[in-house]
Amino acid sequence: MAALNIKKGATSHSAYDLRDFHSEVESSHTLAVLVDNEAGVLARVIGLFSGRGYNIDSLTVAEVDHKGHRSRITIVTRGTMAVIDQIKAQLGRIVPVHQVIDLTTEAQPVERELALFKVAATGEKRIESLRLAEIFRANVVDSTLESFVFEITGTPDKIDAFAELMRPLGLKDVARTGVAALPRGA
Amino acid sequence: MARQMTGAEMVVQALKDHGVEVIFGYPGGAVLPIYDAIFQQNEIKHILVRHEQAAIHMAEGYARSTGKPGCALVTSGPGATNAVTGLTDALMDSIPLVVFSGQVPTFMIGTDGFQEADTVGITRPCTKHNWLVKDTDKLAETIHQAFHVATSGRPGPVLIDLPKDVQFANGRYTEPKTARVDHYQPKVKGDIEAVTKLVELIETAAKPVFYTGGGVINSGTAASQLMRELVDATGFPITSTLMGLGAYPASGKNWLGMLGMHGLYEANLAMHGCDLMINLGARFDDRITGRIADFSPKSTKVHVDIDASSINKIIPVDLPIVGDVAHVLEDALKIWKARGRKVNKEGLAKWWAQIEEWKKVRCLAFTNSDKVIKPQYALQRLEALTKDRDRYITTEVGQHQMWAAQFLGFEAPNRWMTSGGLGTMGYGFPASIGVQIAHPDALVINVAGEASWLMNMQEMGTATQFCTPVKQFILNNERLGMVRQWQDLLHGGRYSHSWSDSLPDFVKLAESFGWKGISVSDPKDLDDAIMEMINYDGPVLFDCLVEKHENCFPMIPSGKPHNEMLLAADAAAFSSGAALV
Ligand SMILES: Cc1ncc(C[n+]2csc(CCOP(=O)(O)OP(=O)(O)O)c2C)c(N)n1
Ligand SMILES: [Mg+2]
Repeated sequence: MAALNIKKGATSHSAYDLRDFHSEVESSHTLAVLVDNEAGVLARVIGLFSGRGYNIDSLTVAEVDHKGHRSRITIVTRGTMAVIDQIKAQLGRIVPVHQVIDLTTEAQPVERELALFKVAATGEKRIESLRLAEIFRANVVDSTLESFVFEITGTPDKIDAFAELMRPLGLKDVARTGVAALPRGA
Repeated sequence: MARQMTGAEMVVQALKDHGVEVIFGYPGGAVLPIYDAIFQQNEIKHILVRHEQAAIHMAEGYARSTGKPGCALVTSGPGATNAVTGLTDALMDSIPLVVFSGQVPTFMIGTDGFQEADTVGITRPCTKHNWLVKDTDKLAETIHQAFHVATSGRPGPVLIDLPKDVQFANGRYTEPKTARVDHYQPKVKGDIEAVTKLVELIETAAKPVFYTGGGVINSGTAASQLMRELVDATGFPITSTLMGLGAYPASGKNWLGMLGMHGLYEANLAMHGCDLMINLGARFDDRITGRIADFSPKSTKVHVDIDASSINKIIPVDLPIVGDVAHVLEDALKIWKARGRKVNKEGLAKWWAQIEEWKKVRCLAFTNSDKVIKPQYALQRLEALTKDRDRYITTEVGQHQMWAAQFLGFEAPNRWMTSGGLGTMGYGFPASIGVQIAHPDALVINVAGEASWLMNMQEMGTATQFCTPVKQFILNNERLGMVRQWQDLLHGGRYSHSWSDSLPDFVKLAESFGWKGISVSDPKDLDDAIMEMINYDGPVLFDCLVEKHENCFPMIPSGKPHNEMLLAADAAAFSSGAALV
């Protein structure tokens, strides 16, 4: 019979979607999930990930529309394209979920994370930590004679890099918010 | 127009507004206000069960046999936890249920109060959605949304947890039509370009097969009707999963029988050898696919499903269509007719010739006996003696369930209620009561195994109290037969704990609840006994003592592909390691 020009595993939206379903390559994806901010909604999302064995690398959530009681959950996850499509479809099934956007695939996103670093050091190390903070455009938000707390925003990679540099200088504690992301452009 | 009433009164009012006629339940401290409201009205009938699990299965039987949502009411704590198996069962098989549970008063939540359980937490993964209502003013709206969610898109069970103070308090009752349900509106129309592609595939396929599932039944009678029209007009063969039996009539000329692990040889080989597979509302379950890597290797696969997450979950398909089966079939039929009703006649003729060859294997053949009743023979006789009646069949889980699917024929949808996805022993008996409540004059038979049946036997009291003349057709092999079969084939014949010891005297048991008990062990007496069962006006416990060591064939050993089915004749030569799934 006539061969069809459709790739195996084309996703739900179009019969002509030509992405390769069979690719076994895992990649990181940032998903934006818009939900009703009602009791238990976060538990539903997290329960889905643990129940079906998906990864969560980072998760942030906050109400973004107080009047409409809408929250935005930003999830960074890993998987093959088939798994990512399954995660999207499963999230889309949750009743209070309004929209699921795979920012990585659909819209080269702007991704930012905020982190606080406590560094306890004196002498040369203390000065070095300040110097590096300046290069990374981190702000000092608390200081004592023995310590600083730096505040830094940036991509997760930038924050990882900052953490690596601070570790030998007396890094005591880190708090990270997880990724917030939006698509670029209008 | 908003009326003031108590939360408990709202529950009853909302049930009436949604056309509910019956609710299955069991009282307790945390739902007393609702029971009080039920007491003070006559429109909604309450069926008092003997265990909350059974209430859910009855609601499932009611729902599956009517196409309407089933309703249940349980108390907090143990009432809610007892409901969990039923909820999971309904979720797996996409059965619409609205379940109400009582809860400790809002000010006591989180204090480990008496009979407090985190019901919304416990039932979150086993419901389609659930709600804890903390404000009586929001109760009516929540119930209306609950009915909408349970019945829209892919159906499923929902639960509303109701703290006792919310039931007592006064609030505003709002009508169903004012409820905000706009954001949950699953897509029902299939993408028209994709449907056109499907028609193109239908026009050229040489070896097509329809693979249909429970989604066709859930879509409603229109879907079954449209499917029959398309199948008959194209002349394509059709098979179905366990959940989809009856959507296409068993007497229909294109019917191949059920597919899957215990499906028919011709159905499974048609799936394996086809060049076009049209999946309508089935989900490539592991009992269907066998080994994934070898599943239907040469076919173009089309999958119509209302749930986008079912598509490409297990088997990558070529043409996905997200939509309701009835809507998609309606469009497909229209387009196919408009384009001249084309099919590949030559290809089809060869394909059917091949299928006829496969049928000659007579995969359901068994060696009958005149000394002992073979379970297959018992079902053949049950089929012969009941098929012309207004008949509904439920089953328990095990060998008897598979034999029932193989040997009973279903001519219409909603006549076959079985626990497919979860495989819940103890489902069939309560489900049969639920069916009988919905269809008081019909012949309702639960084809059971003795072990499964004991799991919810306490419901005998319910059947007696509510005068449901359900027939419990127990194929008693004194074995956990399906377990025994796997041990026989896959665990070296080491029958670890797979026999039914200390069984009751079923006839005396029946009599003790005011039922009729019939016991039969001689094949010669079988027909008369079945007729006696059918003609008795009341519940019957039919203890059919059958061959104890019969195995159910055909069988695709788990992890094997469709073309490596075991037939009864090959079984002796079969040896394999233990199976993973
Ligand atoms: C609640 C539950 N527990 C255990 C099982 C595993 N199981 C599947 S079939 C079966 C044996 C069923 O025995 P019976 O009801 O007598 O049916 P038969 O196979 O003998 O026809 C068991 C234990 C199950 N499906 N459900
Ligand atoms: Mg048995």
